[in-house]
Amino acid sequence: MTAATIFSRSTRSRFPGFGLSLGFTLFYLTGIVLVPLLALVLRPFSLHLEDFWAAVSAPRVLAALRLSFGMALAAAAIDTLFGFVVAWVLVRYRFPGKRLMDALIDLPFALPTAVAGIALSTLYAPTGWVGSVLAQHGIKVAYTPWGVLVAMIFIGLPFTVRTLQPVLQDLGRDLEEAAATLGATRPQAILRVVVPMMLPALLTGAALAFARGVGEYGSIIFIAGNLPMKSEIAPLLIVTKLEQFDYAGAASIGVVMLAASFVLLLALNGLQVWAAKRR
Amino acid sequence: MKKNRAATDDPPLLRYLLCGIAFVFIGLFLALPLLVVFSEALAMGLGPVWAAVTDPDTLAAIRLSLLAAAIAVPLNTVFGIAASWAIVKFDFPGKAFLVTLIDLPFSVSPVVAGLIYVLVFGRQGWFGSWLTDHDIHILFALPGIVLATIFVTFPFVARELIPLMSDQGREEEEAALSLGASGFATFWRVTLPNIKWGLLYGVLLCNARALGEFGAVSVVSGHIRGQTNTMPLHVELLYNNYDYVGAFSVAALLALLALLTLALKSFLEWRYADELAAVHRH
Amino acid sequence: MRRVFLLAAAALAMAASMANAAEIKLLNVSYDPTRELYKDLGAAFAKQWKAKTGDAVILSTSNGGSGAQARAVIDGLQADVVTLALAADIDAISAKAKLLPAGWQKRLPQNSTPYTSTIVFLVRKANPKRIKDWSDLVKPGIQVITPNPKTSGGARWAYLAGWSFAEKSPGGNSDKAKAFVGALYRNVPVLDSGARGSTVTFTKRGLGDVLLSWENEAHLALREAPGKYEIVYPSRSILAEPPVALVDRNIDRHNNRKVAEAFVNYLYSQDAQEIEARDFYRPRNPAILAKYKANFPNIPLATIDSDFGGWAKAQQTHFADGGVFDKIYQPGR
Repeated sequence: MTAATIFSRSTRSRFPGFGLSLGFTLFYLTGIVLVPLLALVLRPFSLHLEDFWAAVSAPRVLAALRLSFGMALAAAAIDTLFGFVVAWVLVRYRFPGKRLMDALIDLPFALPTAVAGIALSTLYAPTGWVGSVLAQHGIKVAYTPWGVLVAMIFIGLPFTVRTLQPVLQDLGRDLEEAAATLGATRPQAILRVVVPMMLPALLTGAALAFARGVGEYGSIIFIAGNLPMKSEIAPLLIVTKLEQFDYAGAASIGVVMLAASFVLLLALNGLQVWAAKRR
Repeated sequence: MKKNRAATDDPPLLRYLLCGIAFVFIGLFLALPLLVVFSEALAMGLGPVWAAVTDPDTLAAIRLSLLAAAIAVPLNTVFGIAASWAIVKFDFPGKAFLVTLIDLPFSVSPVVAGLIYVLVFGRQGWFGSWLTDHDIHILFALPGIVLATIFVTFPFVARELIPLMSDQGREEEEAALSLGASGFATFWRVTLPNIKWGLLYGVLLCNARALGEFGAVSVVSGHIRGQTNTMPLHVELLYNNYDYVGAFSVAALLALLALLTLALKSFLEWRYADELAAVHRH
Repeated sequence: MRRVFLLAAAALAMAASMANAAEIKLLNVSYDPTRELYKDLGAAFAKQWKAKTGDAVILSTSNGGSGAQARAVIDGLQADVVTLALAADIDAISAKAKLLPAGWQKRLPQNSTPYTSTIVFLVRKANPKRIKDWSDLVKPGIQVITPNPKTSGGARWAYLAGWSFAEKSPGGNSDKAKAFVGALYRNVPVLDSGARGSTVTFTKRGLGDVLLSWENEAHLALREAPGKYEIVYPSRSILAEPPVALVDRNIDRHNNRKVAEAFVNYLYSQDAQEIEARDFYRPRNPAILAKYKANFPNIPLATIDSDFGGWAKAQQTHFADGGVFDKIYQPGR
């Protein structure tokens, strides 16, 4: 219970169980998350720094990182745009099937990624329901980098919708009314008044969708085709390196991705502070 | 009043347009993939589906997935309660950082989650030779699968409870404590009834993810048919064995579980909307 | 809360009951395309063992790229028997984890390989790109599907078969062979980690014009989708010897040496050779091989020992980090 003694001076709460709850929290967090992550961070240092650099700057690794981050960014943007429309429709309108649509939003969250992977690749393959239609127009999705995008859009969607929905719900209509009174058309009112007020939520949703997309593995490997330099995502390259016995190489890419997710989390926290200040 | 409401109502054209976009988008990206799972599974009728689902290897995969979830979810639940109690009821330096660390597993790639346990428990890893000498198996066995599952579902309960409990404040518990109730009694009688639906909600999400995890478990599983293959891994195995109906049958079973989760979640949201209002994010 | 404890208790009880189940268990860690083969062999062996001793034996199999599987065994996957695509991967287990002695390959007859195979071409119906031999594979615009030689055993055999073709062609030498495999891999758009992954890429995903495939895997693809593919035998290939070995340290720990030994010996028996031949592996037993000879055309085959100086040397020269494969393989260029 050293944690308790360190922090005891700053605790003025009358609540019991501080040592127990914080002690267990720190113990569990350390054992399950921090120590293993430390093993990851330390592993590349069994290499020399230039070896680490060589491992992460190899063309194939750079291509995989570019694909993972680029496509996750694009997917987050698309999810934010359409997520806004879906959240708007769900919050503001009444229509048949609304409750069903609302429930379905969380499907990517509840559906195992492997199932999503085989379903999406069957659907968007040249022989699938959607893929055959697209193929007539010369568009190939499955087994190309666009397959990566489709899978990332799928898994990221609930994060944007569910972040926007409650904020939209709480958003009073006074400002929209004021804008209307001042002669703004409806689209103007939405774009100039609602969207700026939703900015923190839009960014938060996008960041969550991005975070999920960058790391996604299960659904993508079924649909991407996994061509090196073209449609091979960074998490897959980690697995490939691991299978080739290149532990340090795998850990090096892992460290880059871990650093990215950490930065992203800090940005998310910053966003929340910003959002709280704006209220 | 009437005029105001009209001013914030969208014109019908915009309304139809937006609804149309929403329906097409949801249909294309969410409804169709779900439909395709069931349609592929039932392509040859119910017989092959039943055969695939009752195959001993499939049953073993179901058992393993349930077992891993049955260990991981309660542990993460206890952790979630402890963490939110410490974070909400007390002030201490580094609290914001602690919350960030708890969130970390959410944004770490599942593959990295598997990799870290290989680095720690693999024969080449930190504890590898010690574990080998003592004949303890973590990787490619149940403990490794459970650890990977715990990691990927780590923040779910805590993330639901922290906002909920901060919203409810400390007054009720303080009153109970000043009346002489013990700490445990206060938690059991005051805190828990207040958070029970939020807790259930968190457990539900945690459980759904635990049953469905693929990437992290794939790295540590060893892929032994009928032994260390979880349900999602078994889907992949059948898919690679040219057994598409089998793969989609097990996938359909998982999809049904997902739909059940969604139904329960919608029910919780509808029935206990007020108590869950503080829970804005996943 | 109570429910949580009940769940935990139930989980523990289940774990305990799983541990108590007292059958003899045997884990076979194998390479990618043997999924069907060892399912058949395992069932037949279990039946025979039950008849002979009355004991039930449960044979489990894990499949994956041969190198990746060796890595898993080295990392602690509890294999009792390894049946991998090539000797070098079992050598790695012996060298890196000391789980079996270095001389393992001498312990069983015929280099510890109960069956052999070779590398053939699988092409699409009617062979639209007219692929007849190795030299057709390096032509511009031909897409070749083969797994990653770093993780897959079949891919290493395929690479060496191509190398041997170029080296033994009129005017061939090792420099020409190096240029040939370089050109070959520049026509490879995707490197899966195991043979089955590549087969799925070629068949289900429809990528590529030709699959460099195990003979057995190619026949299986024909059987799964009749009329969609054809097998092309090149003018020269390689005698692929996928060996089997007991993992001594693991079987001693699991106390199942008797049944593990019986299993690897069973693979040479009349029954097993028949099953292997039916699953399109070339049996060692000459009589059974003759019986199924329609499936196994006779073509000139290089051998690892006479043409490449054994696996230790081939692995070091071609596939080790910084080896020939690393130098020639430039993805996407």
